[in-house]
Amino acid sequence: MAGNVWVLAETWRGQVSETTYELLALGRELAAELGVPLQAVLLGHQVKSLTPQLGAAESVVLVDHPALAEPALEPYTYALAQLVKARQPRCLLVPLTNISWEVLGLLPAALELPCANFCRDVRAADGKLQARCLLYGGKVEATAAVSAAPALFGILPGSRPAEKGRGEKAPAVEEVPVELAEAARVKFKKYLEPEAGDVDITQQTVLVSVGRGIQNQDNLALAEELAAALGGAVSGSRPVIDQGWLPLSRQVGKSGASVKPKLYLALGISGAPEHQEGMRNSELIVAVNTDPGAPIFAIAHFGVCADLFDIVPALTEEIKRRKASRAA
Amino acid sequence: MNIVVLLKMVPDVVEELEVAPDGKSLNAEFLRLIVNERDAHALEEAVLLKERHGGAVVAVAPEAPEVDEALFTALAKGADRAVKITGFTSDFSTRAAAKLLAQLLPRFLPADLLLAGCQAIDDVDGQLAAILAHELQLPYLGLVTQVKLEAAGRATVTKEFAGGVRGEFEMTLPAVLGIQAAEKPPRYIPVAKVRAAMKTQKIETVPAAGAPAAALVEVLQLAKPEAAGHAEMLTGSPAEAAGKLCGILLERGVL
Ligand SMILES: Cc1cc2nc3c(=O)[nH]c(=O)nc-3n(C[C@H](O)[C@H](O)[C@H](O)COP(=O)(O)OP(=O)(O)OC[C@H]3O[C@@H](n4cnc5c(N)ncnc54)[C@H](O)[C@@H]3O)c2cc1C
Repeated sequence: MAGNVWVLAETWRGQVSETTYELLALGRELAAELGVPLQAVLLGHQVKSLTPQLGAAESVVLVDHPALAEPALEPYTYALAQLVKARQPRCLLVPLTNISWEVLGLLPAALELPCANFCRDVRAADGKLQARCLLYGGKVEATAAVSAAPALFGILPGSRPAEKGRGEKAPAVEEVPVELAEAARVKFKKYLEPEAGDVDITQQTVLVSVGRGIQNQDNLALAEELAAALGGAVSGSRPVIDQGWLPLSRQVGKSGASVKPKLYLALGISGAPEHQEGMRNSELIVAVNTDPGAPIFAIAHFGVCADLFDIVPALTEEIKRRKASRAA
Repeated sequence: MNIVVLLKMVPDVVEELEVAPDGKSLNAEFLRLIVNERDAHALEEAVLLKERHGGAVVAVAPEAPEVDEALFTALAKGADRAVKITGFTSDFSTRAAAKLLAQLLPRFLPADLLLAGCQAIDDVDGQLAAILAHELQLPYLGLVTQVKLEAAGRATVTKEFAGGVRGEFEMTLPAVLGIQAAEKPPRYIPVAKVRAAMKTQKIETVPAAGAPAAALVEVLQLAKPEAAGHAEMLTGSPAEAAGKLCGILLERGVL
Protein backbone atom coordinates (compact mmCIF):
# COMPACT_ATOMS: atom_id res chain seq x y z
CA MET A 1 0.00 0.00 0.00
CA ALA A 2 1.02 3.57 -0.49
CA GLY A 3 2.94 5.11 2.37
CA ASN A 4 4.43 1.94 3.81
CA VAL A 5 7.99 1.58 5.02
CA TRP A 6 9.92 -0.83 2.82
CA VAL A 7 13.17 -2.61 3.49
CA LEU A 8 15.10 -4.16 0.63
CA ALA A 9 15.87 -7.69 1.81
CA GLU A 10 19.35 -8.28 0.47
CA THR A 11 20.52 -11.75 -0.42
CA TRP A 12 24.09 -12.78 -0.98
CA ARG A 13 24.79 -16.13 -2.61
CA GLY A 14 21.45 -17.59 -1.57
CA GLN A 15 21.33 -16.27 2.00
CA VAL A 16 19.60 -13.28 3.56
CA SER A 17 22.48 -10.98 4.46
CA GLU A 18 23.02 -10.04 8.07
CA THR A 19 22.56 -6.34 7.47
CA THR A 20 19.01 -6.98 6.22
CA TYR A 21 18.03 -7.71 9.83
CA GLU A 22 19.61 -4.47 10.98
CA LEU A 23 17.50 -2.60 8.43
CA LEU A 24 14.38 -4.47 9.49
CA ALA A 25 15.02 -3.35 13.08
CA LEU A 26 15.41 0.24 11.96
CA GLY A 27 12.44 -0.07 9.60
CA ARG A 28 10.26 -1.35 12.41
CA GLU A 29 11.02 1.72 14.52
CA LEU A 30 10.30 4.03 11.61
CA ALA A 31 7.07 2.26 10.65
CA ALA A 32 5.86 2.51 14.27
CA GLU A 33 6.58 6.25 14.30
CA LEU A 34 4.67 6.73 11.07
CA GLY A 35 1.89 4.34 12.06
CA VAL A 36 2.25 2.33 8.85
CA PRO A 37 3.13 -1.30 8.13
CA LEU A 38 6.71 -2.47 7.54
CA GLN A 39 7.20 -4.57 4.44
CA ALA A 40 10.26 -6.42 3.24
CA VAL A 41 10.90 -6.58 -0.48
CA LEU A 42 12.64 -9.72 -1.67
CA LEU A 43 13.84 -10.15 -5.23
CA GLY A 44 15.53 -13.17 -6.69
CA HIS A 45 14.96 -16.56 -8.21
CA GLN A 46 13.62 -19.44 -6.14
CA VAL A 47 13.99 -17.43 -2.97
CA LYS A 48 10.51 -17.97 -1.54
CA SER A 49 11.99 -20.32 1.06
CA LEU A 50 13.81 -17.33 2.58
CA THR A 51 10.64 -15.37 3.39
CA PRO A 52 10.03 -16.97 6.84
CA GLN A 53 13.27 -15.33 7.99
CA LEU A 54 11.81 -11.88 7.35
CA GLY A 55 9.25 -12.07 10.16
CA ALA A 56 10.19 -8.68 11.59
CA ALA A 57 8.18 -7.29 8.67
CA GLU A 58 4.40 -7.56 8.56
CA SER A 59 4.55 -8.90 5.07
CA VAL A 60 6.92 -9.65 2.25
CA VAL A 61 6.58 -8.44 -1.32
CA LEU A 62 8.23 -11.14 -3.38
CA VAL A 63 9.41 -11.00 -6.96
CA ASP A 64 10.67 -14.30 -8.27
CA HIS A 65 12.09 -14.36 -11.78
CA PRO A 66 14.86 -16.28 -13.56
CA ALA A 67 16.41 -12.98 -14.69
CA LEU A 68 17.02 -12.18 -11.01
CA ALA A 69 19.03 -15.33 -10.30
CA GLU A 70 22.52 -13.83 -10.22
CA PRO A 71 23.68 -10.37 -9.14
CA ALA A 72 21.84 -8.96 -12.13
CA LEU A 73 21.91 -5.23 -11.61
CA GLU A 74 19.81 -4.03 -14.47
CA PRO A 75 16.84 -6.43 -14.21
CA TYR A 76 16.97 -6.01 -10.45
CA THR A 77 16.76 -2.24 -10.65
CA TYR A 78 14.05 -2.47 -13.29
CA ALA A 79 11.93 -4.83 -11.19
CA LEU A 80 12.29 -2.66 -8.13
CA ALA A 81 11.42 0.45 -10.12
CA GLN A 82 8.18 -1.18 -11.27
CA LEU A 83 7.26 -2.10 -7.70
CA VAL A 84 8.06 1.31 -6.25
CA LYS A 85 6.14 3.06 -9.01
CA ALA A 86 3.08 0.89 -8.58
CA ARG A 87 2.97 0.76 -4.77
CA GLN A 88 4.34 4.18 -3.79
CA PRO A 89 5.91 3.31 -0.44
CA ARG A 90 6.84 6.21 1.84
CA CYS A 91 10.42 5.07 1.78
CA LEU A 92 12.71 2.22 0.85
CA LEU A 93 15.64 1.42 3.12
CA VAL A 94 18.50 -0.10 1.13
CA PRO A 95 21.64 -1.63 2.66
CA LEU A 96 24.66 0.51 1.76
CA THR A 97 26.72 -2.54 0.83
CA ASN A 98 28.82 -3.61 -2.11
CA ILE A 99 26.01 -6.00 -3.05
CA SER A 100 23.19 -3.44 -3.29
CA TRP A 101 25.50 -0.64 -4.48
CA GLU A 102 24.28 -0.24 -8.07
CA VAL A 103 20.60 -0.49 -7.13
CA LEU A 104 21.05 2.30 -4.65
CA GLY A 105 22.66 4.37 -7.40
CA LEU A 106 20.40 3.58 -10.33
CA LEU A 107 16.94 3.39 -8.77
CA PRO A 108 16.69 7.01 -7.57
CA ALA A 109 18.20 8.14 -10.89
CA ALA A 110 15.61 6.19 -12.88
CA LEU A 111 12.62 7.36 -10.86
CA GLU A 112 13.88 10.85 -9.94
CA LEU A 113 13.58 10.02 -6.26
CA PRO A 114 15.43 11.58 -3.36
CA CYS A 115 18.18 9.38 -1.99
CA ALA A 116 20.18 10.01 1.17
CA ASN A 117 23.45 8.11 1.58
CA PHE A 118 25.59 7.02 4.54
CA CYS A 119 22.57 6.91 6.91
CA ARG A 120 22.98 5.58 10.42
CA ASP A 121 19.45 6.54 11.40
CA VAL A 122 16.14 7.61 9.85
CA ARG A 123 13.32 9.24 11.80
CA ALA A 124 10.01 10.96 11.13
CA ALA A 125 10.04 14.66 12.04
CA ASP A 126 7.79 17.57 11.05
CA GLY A 127 6.05 15.56 8.36
CA LYS A 128 9.40 14.78 6.74
CA LEU A 129 11.86 11.97 7.05
CA GLN A 130 15.14 12.93 8.66
CA ALA A 131 18.32 10.96 8.26
CA ARG A 132 21.58 11.20 10.14
CA CYS A 133 24.35 10.69 7.60
CA LEU A 134 28.02 10.10 8.30
CA LEU A 135 30.11 12.12 5.85
CA TYR A 136 33.82 12.81 5.37
CA GLY A 137 34.99 9.38 6.45
CA GLY A 138 32.89 9.52 9.60
CA LYS A 139 34.21 12.87 10.81
CA VAL A 140 31.03 14.90 10.28
CA GLU A 141 27.37 14.02 10.69
CA ALA A 142 24.74 15.66 8.49
CA THR A 143 21.09 15.84 9.41
CA ALA A 144 19.30 15.58 6.09
CA ALA A 145 15.58 16.02 5.46
CA VAL A 146 13.53 14.52 2.67
CA SER A 147 9.94 15.58 2.05
CA ALA A 148 9.12 13.86 -1.24
CA ALA A 149 7.96 10.26 -1.32
CA PRO A 150 8.93 7.61 -2.15
CA ALA A 151 12.40 8.29 -0.78
CA LEU A 152 15.45 6.05 -0.68
CA PHE A 153 17.88 5.76 2.17
CA GLY A 154 21.23 4.01 1.90
CA ILE A 155 21.75 2.58 5.38
CA LEU A 156 25.25 1.92 6.72
CA PRO A 157 25.79 -1.54 8.18
CA GLY A 158 25.66 -1.49 11.97
CA SER A 159 22.70 0.91 12.24
CA ARG A 160 20.87 -1.42 14.65
CA PRO A 161 21.66 -4.77 16.28
CA ALA A 162 20.69 -7.54 13.86
CA GLU A 163 19.01 -9.54 16.67
CA LYS A 164 16.31 -6.89 16.88
CA GLY A 165 15.35 -7.49 13.28
CA ARG A 166 14.64 -11.20 13.55
CA GLY A 167 10.95 -12.04 13.89
CA GLU A 168 9.36 -15.13 15.37
CA LYS A 169 6.43 -15.63 13.08
CA ALA A 170 6.50 -16.16 9.35
CA PRO A 171 5.20 -13.08 7.54
CA ALA A 172 2.45 -13.01 4.92
CA VAL A 173 3.89 -13.25 1.44
CA GLU A 174 2.53 -11.53 -1.63
CA GLU A 175 4.11 -12.62 -4.86
CA VAL A 176 4.06 -9.92 -7.52
CA PRO A 177 4.59 -10.78 -11.16
CA VAL A 178 6.85 -8.44 -13.14
CA GLU A 179 7.92 -8.52 -16.72
CA LEU A 180 11.65 -8.66 -17.13
CA ALA A 181 14.17 -9.19 -19.87
CA GLU A 182 17.52 -10.85 -19.25
CA ALA A 183 20.39 -8.52 -18.46
CA ALA A 184 21.58 -7.17 -21.78
CA ARG A 185 24.27 -4.57 -21.22
CA VAL A 186 25.82 -5.71 -17.93
CA LYS A 187 26.04 -9.50 -17.69
CA PHE A 188 27.24 -11.32 -14.61
CA LYS A 189 29.81 -13.93 -15.55
CA LYS A 190 31.26 -15.45 -12.42
CA TYR A 191 32.45 -14.96 -8.88
CA LEU A 192 36.16 -14.63 -8.28
CA GLU A 193 36.94 -16.22 -4.94
CA PRO A 194 39.55 -14.63 -2.71
CA GLU A 195 42.98 -16.18 -2.92
CA ALA A 196 43.82 -17.97 0.28
CA GLY A 197 46.27 -15.82 2.18
CA ASP A 198 49.22 -16.95 4.23
CA VAL A 199 47.21 -16.21 7.38
CA ASP A 200 43.47 -16.13 7.92
CA ILE A 201 42.93 -12.87 9.78
CA THR A 202 39.42 -13.91 10.86
CA GLN A 203 40.97 -16.69 12.97
CA GLN A 204 43.50 -14.60 14.89
CA THR A 205 43.07 -13.72 18.55
CA VAL A 206 45.25 -10.63 18.19
CA LEU A 207 45.38 -8.33 15.17
CA VAL A 208 47.82 -5.47 14.84
CA SER A 209 46.17 -3.44 12.12
CA VAL A 210 47.91 -0.66 10.25
CA GLY A 211 46.48 2.25 8.29
CA ARG A 212 47.83 4.98 6.07
CA GLY A 213 49.60 6.40 9.12
CA ILE A 214 52.24 3.67 8.72
CA GLN A 215 53.55 5.74 5.76
CA ASN A 216 55.40 3.06 3.79
CA GLN A 217 55.99 -0.63 3.41
CA ASP A 218 59.32 -0.65 5.26
CA ASN A 219 57.61 0.57 8.41
CA LEU A 220 55.43 -2.55 8.43
CA ALA A 221 58.34 -4.30 10.13
CA LEU A 222 57.43 -2.36 13.30
CA ALA A 223 53.92 -3.79 13.22
CA GLU A 224 55.21 -7.28 12.44
CA GLU A 225 57.50 -7.16 15.45
CA LEU A 226 54.68 -6.01 17.73
CA ALA A 227 52.36 -8.69 16.34
CA ALA A 228 55.02 -11.34 16.95
CA ALA A 229 55.45 -10.16 20.54
CA LEU A 230 51.67 -10.34 21.04
CA GLY A 231 51.31 -13.66 19.25
CA GLY A 232 49.08 -12.20 16.54
CA ALA A 233 49.11 -11.18 12.90
CA VAL A 234 49.19 -7.94 10.94
CA SER A 235 46.15 -6.71 9.05
CA GLY A 236 45.39 -3.37 7.41
CA SER A 237 42.97 -0.78 6.14
CA ARG A 238 42.17 -0.28 2.48
CA PRO A 239 44.91 2.24 1.54
CA VAL A 240 47.58 -0.15 2.84
CA ILE A 241 46.20 -2.91 0.62
CA ASP A 242 45.61 -0.56 -2.35
CA GLN A 243 49.28 0.46 -2.12
CA GLY A 244 50.27 -3.18 -2.26
CA TRP A 245 51.99 -3.10 1.13
CA LEU A 246 49.86 -6.01 2.35
CA PRO A 247 47.93 -8.64 0.35
CA LEU A 248 44.16 -8.36 -0.12
CA SER A 249 43.67 -11.27 2.28
CA ARG A 250 44.76 -8.92 5.11
CA GLN A 251 42.14 -6.22 4.44
CA VAL A 252 39.66 -5.45 7.20
CA GLY A 253 36.38 -3.73 6.37
CA LYS A 254 33.48 -3.43 3.98
CA SER A 255 35.24 -5.03 1.03
CA GLY A 256 37.59 -7.14 3.10
CA ALA A 257 37.17 -9.37 6.12
CA SER A 258 35.00 -8.91 9.20
CA VAL A 259 37.10 -9.75 12.23
CA LYS A 260 36.37 -10.25 15.93
CA PRO A 261 39.71 -10.82 17.65
CA LYS A 262 40.27 -10.59 21.40
CA LEU A 263 42.46 -7.56 20.69
CA TYR A 264 42.30 -5.23 17.69
CA LEU A 265 45.08 -2.71 17.78
CA ALA A 266 44.47 0.05 15.21
CA LEU A 267 47.64 1.95 14.35
CA GLY A 268 47.27 5.07 12.20
CA ILE A 269 43.75 4.12 11.09
CA SER A 270 41.18 6.95 11.04
CA GLY A 271 38.16 4.68 11.52
CA ALA A 272 36.05 5.44 8.43
CA PRO A 273 32.61 3.75 8.45
CA GLU A 274 33.81 1.26 5.82
CA HIS A 275 36.65 0.21 8.10
CA GLN A 276 34.56 0.12 11.29
CA GLU A 277 32.15 -2.26 9.59
CA GLY A 278 34.79 -4.96 9.64
CA MET A 279 36.12 -4.60 13.18
CA ARG A 280 33.59 -2.91 15.44
CA ASN A 281 32.68 -6.20 17.11
CA SER A 282 36.21 -6.96 18.28
CA GLU A 283 36.35 -7.76 22.00
CA LEU A 284 38.91 -5.10 22.82
CA ILE A 285 39.77 -2.21 20.52
CA VAL A 286 42.83 -0.06 21.15
CA ALA A 287 43.64 2.84 18.81
CA VAL A 288 46.84 4.82 18.37
CA ASN A 289 46.37 7.99 16.34
CA THR A 290 47.84 11.49 16.30
CA ASP A 291 44.43 13.05 15.54
CA PRO A 292 42.31 13.41 18.69
CA GLY A 293 39.25 13.79 16.43
CA ALA A 294 39.80 10.51 14.56
CA PRO A 295 36.48 8.59 14.41
CA ILE A 296 38.25 5.41 15.57
CA PHE A 297 38.38 6.82 19.12
CA ALA A 298 34.56 6.79 19.24
CA ILE A 299 34.47 3.00 19.09
CA ALA A 300 37.84 2.11 20.66
CA HIS A 301 37.85 1.03 24.30
CA PHE A 302 41.27 2.53 24.89
CA GLY A 303 43.15 5.13 22.92
CA VAL A 304 46.55 6.74 22.77
CA CYS A 305 46.69 10.10 21.04
CA ALA A 306 50.31 9.97 19.93
CA ASP A 307 52.69 9.15 17.13
CA LEU A 308 52.61 5.45 16.41
CA PHE A 309 56.35 5.55 15.70
CA ASP A 310 56.87 6.48 19.37
CA ILE A 311 54.27 4.15 20.85
CA VAL A 312 54.83 0.95 18.87
CA PRO A 313 58.53 0.46 19.71
CA ALA A 314 57.85 1.33 23.35
CA LEU A 315 54.98 -1.13 23.48
CA THR A 316 56.93 -3.93 21.78
CA GLU A 317 59.78 -3.44 24.19
CA GLU A 318 57.49 -3.37 27.25
CA ILE A 319 55.74 -6.58 26.17
CA LYS A 320 59.04 -8.34 25.56
CA ARG A 321 60.35 -7.14 28.94
CA ARG A 322 57.28 -8.42 30.79
CA LYS A 323 57.34 -11.74 28.98
CA ALA A 324 61.03 -12.17 29.77
CA SER A 325 60.55 -11.37 33.44
CA ARG A 326 57.62 -13.77 33.59
CA ALA A 327 59.74 -16.53 32.05
CA ALA A 328 62.60 -15.83 34.44
CA MET B 1 40.14 3.93 -26.36
CA ASN B 2 38.84 7.35 -25.40
CA ILE B 3 38.18 7.94 -21.76
CA VAL B 4 36.58 10.78 -19.85
CA VAL B 5 37.45 10.82 -16.17
CA LEU B 6 35.71 12.98 -13.61
CA LEU B 7 37.57 14.48 -10.67
CA LYS B 8 36.12 16.23 -7.65
CA MET B 9 37.89 18.19 -4.95
CA VAL B 10 36.99 17.22 -1.38
CA PRO B 11 38.38 18.16 2.03
CA ASP B 12 41.38 16.17 3.24
CA VAL B 13 39.86 14.34 6.20
CA VAL B 14 43.20 13.98 7.90
CA GLU B 15 42.81 17.68 8.79
CA GLU B 16 40.36 18.94 11.36
CA LEU B 17 37.00 19.77 9.78
CA GLU B 18 35.19 22.72 11.31
CA VAL B 19 31.51 23.48 10.78
CA ALA B 20 30.86 27.00 9.47
CA PRO B 21 28.68 29.49 11.43
CA ASP B 22 25.70 28.68 9.15
CA GLY B 23 25.77 25.20 10.71
CA LYS B 24 25.23 23.59 7.31
CA SER B 25 28.61 23.70 5.63
CA LEU B 26 32.27 23.30 6.45
CA ASN B 27 34.37 26.31 7.29
CA ALA B 28 36.15 26.82 3.97
CA GLU B 29 38.92 28.89 5.52
CA PHE B 30 40.49 25.88 7.18
CA LEU B 31 39.92 23.31 4.47
CA ARG B 32 42.69 21.70 2.52
CA LEU B 33 41.20 20.29 -0.65
CA ILE B 34 42.48 17.19 -2.42
CA VAL B 35 41.16 15.04 -5.25
CA ASN B 36 38.61 12.56 -3.90
CA GLU B 37 40.65 9.39 -3.33
CA ARG B 38 38.41 7.16 -5.46
CA ASP B 39 38.60 9.70 -8.33
CA ALA B 40 42.40 9.58 -8.15
CA HIS B 41 42.08 5.82 -8.68
CA ALA B 42 39.72 6.45 -11.61
CA LEU B 43 42.34 8.71 -13.21
CA GLU B 44 45.03 6.09 -12.67
CA GLU B 45 42.88 3.39 -14.27
CA ALA B 46 42.19 5.70 -17.23
CA VAL B 47 45.91 6.35 -17.77
CA LEU B 48 46.75 2.64 -17.41
CA LEU B 49 44.12 1.76 -20.04
CA LYS B 50 45.44 4.44 -22.37
CA GLU B 51 48.99 3.14 -21.96
CA ARG B 52 47.77 -0.34 -22.81
CA HIS B 53 45.40 0.44 -25.68
CA GLY B 54 46.24 3.92 -26.95
CA GLY B 55 43.65 6.67 -27.26
CA ALA B 56 43.14 9.77 -25.19
CA VAL B 57 42.13 10.70 -21.66
CA VAL B 58 40.15 13.83 -20.85
CA ALA B 59 40.10 14.85 -17.18
CA VAL B 60 37.06 16.93 -16.23
CA ALA B 61 36.62 18.68 -12.89
CA PRO B 62 34.17 21.21 -11.49
CA GLU B 63 35.76 24.47 -10.38
CA ALA B 64 37.00 24.43 -6.77
CA PRO B 65 39.98 25.71 -4.82
CA GLU B 66 43.19 23.87 -5.78
CA VAL B 67 41.49 22.35 -8.82
CA ASP B 68 44.01 23.84 -11.27
CA GLU B 69 46.83 22.04 -9.55
CA ALA B 70 44.84 18.81 -9.58
CA LEU B 71 44.17 19.19 -13.31
CA PHE B 72 47.81 19.98 -14.11
CA THR B 73 48.76 16.94 -12.07
CA ALA B 74 46.32 14.90 -14.18
CA LEU B 75 48.06 16.20 -17.32
CA ALA B 76 51.47 15.36 -15.88
CA LYS B 77 50.23 11.86 -15.11
CA GLY B 78 49.20 11.28 -18.69
CA ALA B 79 45.82 12.89 -19.35
CA ASP B 80 45.69 14.53 -22.78
CA ARG B 81 43.22 17.26 -21.98
CA ALA B 82 42.12 18.91 -18.76
CA VAL B 83 38.77 20.67 -18.51
CA LYS B 84 37.48 22.86 -15.71
CA ILE B 85 33.74 23.42 -15.43
CA THR B 86 33.17 26.93 -14.15
CA GLY B 87 30.14 28.43 -12.41
CA PHE B 88 29.57 25.27 -10.46
CA THR B 89 28.16 25.79 -7.00
CA SER B 90 26.53 22.56 -5.91
CA ASP B 91 27.94 21.98 -2.48
CA PHE B 92 25.95 18.96 -1.53
CA SER B 93 23.76 17.97 -4.40
CA THR B 94 25.52 15.16 -6.20
CA ARG B 95 22.36 14.76 -8.23
CA ALA B 96 22.50 18.34 -9.53
CA ALA B 97 26.21 17.94 -10.33
CA ALA B 98 25.55 14.74 -12.27
CA LYS B 99 22.75 16.38 -14.24
CA LEU B 100 24.91 19.36 -15.17
CA LEU B 101 27.77 17.09 -16.19
CA ALA B 102 25.42 14.93 -18.25
CA GLN B 103 24.53 18.01 -20.30
CA LEU B 104 28.15 19.02 -20.80
CA LEU B 105 29.85 15.69 -21.36
CA PRO B 106 28.50 14.96 -24.85
CA ARG B 107 30.92 17.56 -26.18
CA PHE B 108 33.80 15.32 -25.04
CA LEU B 109 32.30 12.24 -26.62
CA PRO B 110 32.49 9.83 -28.27
CA ALA B 111 34.24 8.09 -25.44
CA ASP B 112 34.36 4.38 -24.74
CA LEU B 113 34.47 4.85 -21.02
CA LEU B 114 33.36 7.43 -18.51
CA LEU B 115 35.13 6.89 -15.21
CA ALA B 116 34.51 8.43 -11.82
CA GLY B 117 35.25 7.39 -8.27
CA CYS B 118 32.63 4.95 -6.98
CA GLN B 119 31.77 7.44 -4.25
CA ALA B 120 32.94 10.71 -2.81
CA ILE B 121 33.16 11.26 0.93
CA ASP B 122 30.59 14.08 0.75
CA ASP B 123 28.04 12.43 -1.57
CA VAL B 124 25.07 12.82 0.72
CA ASP B 125 22.53 12.43 -2.08
CA GLY B 126 23.33 9.63 -4.45
CA GLN B 127 26.12 8.30 -6.63
CA LEU B 128 27.42 10.57 -9.36
CA ALA B 129 28.42 7.77 -11.75
CA ALA B 130 25.04 6.02 -11.54
CA ILE B 131 23.04 9.19 -12.18
CA LEU B 132 25.32 10.09 -15.06
CA ALA B 133 24.86 6.63 -16.58
CA HIS B 134 21.11 6.98 -16.34
CA GLU B 135 21.09 10.46 -17.87
CA LEU B 136 23.34 9.38 -20.75
CA GLN B 137 21.48 6.06 -21.08
CA LEU B 138 24.68 4.07 -20.69
CA PRO B 139 25.31 0.86 -18.74
CA TYR B 140 26.81 1.26 -15.28
CA LEU B 141 28.82 -0.76 -12.82
CA GLY B 142 30.21 0.45 -9.50
CA LEU B 143 33.05 -0.62 -7.18
CA VAL B 144 35.20 -1.54 -10.17
CA THR B 145 38.76 -2.77 -9.63
CA GLN B 146 39.69 -4.04 -13.09
CA VAL B 147 38.80 -3.30 -16.72
CA LYS B 148 39.84 -5.55 -19.58
CA LEU B 149 38.95 -4.61 -23.13
CA GLU B 150 37.60 -7.42 -25.27
CA ALA B 151 36.68 -7.45 -28.93
CA ALA B 152 35.03 -4.30 -30.28
CA GLY B 153 32.53 -2.67 -28.00
CA ARG B 154 32.87 -5.00 -25.02
CA ALA B 155 34.82 -5.16 -21.79
CA THR B 156 35.25 -7.59 -18.93
CA VAL B 157 34.88 -5.62 -15.74
CA THR B 158 35.58 -6.79 -12.20
CA LYS B 159 33.77 -5.34 -9.22
CA GLU B 160 34.23 -5.90 -5.52
CA PHE B 161 31.71 -7.69 -3.39
CA ALA B 162 32.35 -8.45 0.26
CA GLY B 163 34.86 -10.61 2.11
CA GLY B 164 37.39 -10.44 -0.70
CA VAL B 165 34.96 -11.97 -3.22
CA ARG B 166 34.76 -10.17 -6.56
CA GLY B 167 32.43 -10.53 -9.51
CA GLU B 168 33.26 -10.60 -13.18
CA PHE B 169 30.83 -8.89 -15.55
CA GLU B 170 30.71 -8.47 -19.28
CA MET B 171 29.63 -5.02 -20.38
CA THR B 172 28.88 -3.31 -23.62
CA LEU B 173 30.74 -0.06 -24.31
CA PRO B 174 30.42 2.84 -24.02
CA ALA B 175 29.82 2.51 -20.29
CA VAL B 176 30.06 4.45 -17.06
CA LEU B 177 32.16 2.88 -14.30
CA GLY B 178 32.44 3.85 -10.66
CA ILE B 179 36.04 3.00 -9.82
CA GLN B 180 36.89 1.57 -6.42
CA ALA B 181 40.59 0.98 -6.96
CA ALA B 182 42.89 1.11 -9.96
CA GLU B 183 44.88 -1.98 -10.86
CA LYS B 184 47.97 -0.25 -9.49
CA PRO B 185 48.24 2.42 -6.81
CA PRO B 186 47.95 5.94 -8.25
CA ARG B 187 51.37 6.96 -9.57
CA TYR B 188 53.46 9.54 -7.79
CA ILE B 189 54.34 12.60 -9.85
CA PRO B 190 57.22 14.84 -8.78
CA VAL B 191 56.32 18.51 -8.35
CA ALA B 192 58.79 19.44 -11.11
CA LYS B 193 56.71 17.51 -13.65
CA VAL B 194 53.53 19.27 -12.52
CA ARG B 195 55.34 22.61 -12.89
CA ALA B 196 56.43 21.61 -16.37
CA ALA B 197 52.82 20.79 -17.27
CA MET B 198 51.79 24.22 -15.97
CA LYS B 199 54.25 25.84 -18.35
CA THR B 200 53.54 23.81 -21.45
CA GLN B 201 49.90 22.74 -21.21
CA LYS B 202 46.54 24.47 -20.82
CA ILE B 203 43.40 23.89 -18.85
CA GLU B 204 40.29 24.41 -20.97
CA THR B 205 37.33 26.04 -19.27
CA VAL B 206 33.70 25.30 -19.99
CA PRO B 207 30.90 27.16 -18.22
CA ALA B 208 28.17 25.15 -16.53
CA ALA B 209 24.95 25.48 -18.49
CA GLY B 210 21.75 26.47 -16.72
CA ALA B 211 20.68 26.38 -13.09
CA PRO B 212 21.31 23.31 -10.95
CA ALA B 213 18.41 20.89 -10.51
CA ALA B 214 16.57 21.33 -7.22
CA ALA B 215 18.04 19.34 -4.37
CA LEU B 216 15.73 16.56 -3.20
CA VAL B 217 17.71 16.04 0.00
CA GLU B 218 18.01 19.08 2.21
CA VAL B 219 20.95 19.33 4.61
CA LEU B 220 19.62 20.89 7.80
CA GLN B 221 22.74 20.72 9.88
CA LEU B 222 26.32 19.50 10.06
CA ALA B 223 27.88 18.54 13.36
CA LYS B 224 30.48 16.33 14.94
CA PRO B 225 29.00 12.82 14.96
CA GLU B 226 27.09 11.83 18.03
CA ALA B 227 28.89 8.90 19.57
CA ALA B 228 27.64 6.39 22.07
CA GLY B 229 31.02 6.30 23.74
CA HIS B 230 34.64 7.33 23.58
CA ALA B 231 37.89 5.54 24.20
CA GLU B 232 39.48 5.90 27.59
CA MET B 233 42.63 7.79 26.71
CA LEU B 234 46.00 6.61 28.01
CA THR B 235 48.31 9.53 28.59
CA GLY B 236 51.93 10.12 29.53
CA SER B 237 55.21 9.54 27.75
CA PRO B 238 55.34 6.74 25.14
CA ALA B 239 56.87 4.44 27.77
CA GLU B 240 54.18 5.34 30.31
CA ALA B 241 51.35 4.88 27.82
CA ALA B 242 52.87 1.56 26.71
CA GLY B 243 53.13 0.48 30.36
CA LYS B 244 49.47 1.32 31.04
CA LEU B 245 48.40 -0.52 27.91
CA CYS B 246 50.40 -3.61 28.90
CA GLY B 247 48.64 -3.54 32.26
CA ILE B 248 45.26 -3.54 30.51
CA LEU B 249 46.26 -6.37 28.18
CA LEU B 250 47.41 -8.45 31.14
CA GLU B 251 44.17 -7.77 33.01
CA ARG B 252 42.15 -8.84 29.94
CA GLY B 253 44.19 -11.99 29.51
CA VAL B 254 45.52 -10.96 26.09
CA LEU B 255 49.13 -11.06 27.24
C1 LIG C 1 32.79 1.00 -1.21
C2 LIG C 1 33.97 1.21 -0.32
C3 LIG C 1 34.51 0.12 0.34
C4 LIG C 1 35.58 0.31 1.21
N1 LIG C 1 36.07 -0.79 1.86
C5 LIG C 1 37.04 -0.60 2.79
C6 LIG C 1 37.54 -1.71 3.54
O1 LIG C 1 37.17 -2.88 3.34
N2 LIG C 1 38.48 -1.47 4.50
C7 LIG C 1 38.95 -0.20 4.76
O2 LIG C 1 39.80 -0.04 5.66
N3 LIG C 1 38.52 0.84 4.03
C8 LIG C 1 37.58 0.67 3.06
N4 LIG C 1 37.18 1.75 2.32
C9 LIG C 1 37.93 3.04 2.44
C10 LIG C 1 37.52 3.90 3.61
O3 LIG C 1 36.49 4.75 3.20
C11 LIG C 1 38.70 4.78 4.10
O4 LIG C 1 39.16 5.55 3.02
C12 LIG C 1 39.86 3.97 4.68
O5 LIG C 1 39.39 3.07 5.65
C13 LIG C 1 40.88 4.91 5.30
O6 LIG C 1 42.01 4.18 5.71
P1 LIG C 1 43.01 4.74 6.83
O7 LIG C 1 42.26 4.97 8.09
O8 LIG C 1 44.18 3.84 6.86
O9 LIG C 1 43.50 6.11 6.19
P2 LIG C 1 43.18 7.60 6.61
O10 LIG C 1 41.72 7.82 6.67
O11 LIG C 1 43.99 8.46 5.71
O12 LIG C 1 43.71 7.71 8.08
C14 LIG C 1 45.06 7.69 8.45
C15 LIG C 1 45.11 7.99 9.94
O13 LIG C 1 46.44 7.86 10.40
C16 LIG C 1 46.67 8.87 11.37
N5 LIG C 1 48.13 9.05 11.43
C17 LIG C 1 48.96 9.58 10.49
N6 LIG C 1 50.22 9.53 10.90
C18 LIG C 1 50.23 8.94 12.13
C19 LIG C 1 51.25 8.61 13.06
N7 LIG C 1 52.55 8.83 12.81
N8 LIG C 1 50.89 8.03 14.22
C20 LIG C 1 49.58 7.77 14.50
N9 LIG C 1 48.58 8.07 13.65
C21 LIG C 1 48.90 8.64 12.48
C22 LIG C 1 45.91 10.07 10.87
O14 LIG C 1 45.60 10.96 11.93
C23 LIG C 1 44.66 9.41 10.30
O15 LIG C 1 43.62 9.33 11.25
C24 LIG C 1 36.14 1.60 1.42
C25 LIG C 1 35.60 2.67 0.72
C26 LIG C 1 34.55 2.50 -0.14
C27 LIG C 1 34.01 3.69 -0.86
